[in-house]
Amino acid sequence: MSRRARLAMFAVVAAALGAALVLALLGLPRFGSAFHPYGDRAVAVAVGPQQTANVVGSVTFDQRGVDTLGEEFILFGSVIGALVLLRPAPEEREVGVRGAGRVMSSTGLAGYLLLPISLLVGGYIVAHGAVSPGGGFQGGVILASGWHLLYVAGRYAALRRLVPNKPLELAEAVGGAAFAAIGVAGIGVAGVFLVNLLPKGSLGSLLSAGTVPVLNGAVGVEVTSGVVLLLASFLDQAVVLRSIEEADE
Amino acid sequence: MTALLVVALLLVALAGTLVVLAPGPSRQAVTLSVFGLALTVLFVVLQAPDVALSQLGVGTVVVPLMIMLTVQKTRRGR
Repeated sequence: MSRRARLAMFAVVAAALGAALVLALLGLPRFGSAFHPYGDRAVAVAVGPQQTANVVGSVTFDQRGVDTLGEEFILFGSVIGALVLLRPAPEEREVGVRGAGRVMSSTGLAGYLLLPISLLVGGYIVAHGAVSPGGGFQGGVILASGWHLLYVAGRYAALRRLVPNKPLELAEAVGGAAFAAIGVAGIGVAGVFLVNLLPKGSLGSLLSAGTVPVLNGAVGVEVTSGVVLLLASFLDQAVVLRSIEEADE
Repeated sequence: MTALLVVALLLVALAGTLVVLAPGPSRQAVTLSVFGLALTVLFVVLQAPDVALSQLGVGTVVVPLMIMLTVQKTRRGR
């Protein structure tokens, strides 16, 4: 197809898509308007019978928990896929971490200072998923990336020793399985998958909202271990794995 | 629409343009991190702290880091 014909075809399709988008945007409720039928119902259920102060947490882990279960397994599958792709190839060798480069002492200090702070913040966000913004996913990502401040601080060798692959792989699987198991337990207790079967407590206290904090914990374990494994294999690829020819140099 | 929201939206547009204009993937990874931070600010202004936290972790830290490491690896492979 000539360049001209391709451009003409693109113009037709782009015009149609543009018109459809404009029509759809015109049909949306006005920006900042007070008309939120779904939001009103979700908030009423969250702060009413479900006693969940973090309404977003109530939607993701209770009212629409099945969606989150699906997302958990998307993440699980993606991490496994990436780990398979990033495994050392037969023609690659580990060269040790001598090529890891120098780190400015100010960078190292910042890494060491921020490590405990980010681990604390990550743990807090996982634990308070039912009460305040955040939850297992957000806290897990903070925990995993905070952990890699050791790499920023120049302690790649220490980081490598402290990332035990087998237990982390197990933790990732256990986190995902725990979510599904709580869902199945709902069938046993009330005949409904992922029903919120634990006592709800009182709104705003740490152990309120029934299964929401438990599910947040399961997601936190899965996300933390999954992202740590993911970043660790990316780091291995970039820092210690070389092709045989390079390793011989 | 408040002035704060306009500023946040402009920041996102500016940072996004910077990512597109940055020469080479390693510079794009750094500007992508700035873009992620701009989006985080926008989500906070729009009162979506849950999404802002996800964006902060994934968009400003994990994804740019993975891009940087991939660039490092592919450069060495040449």
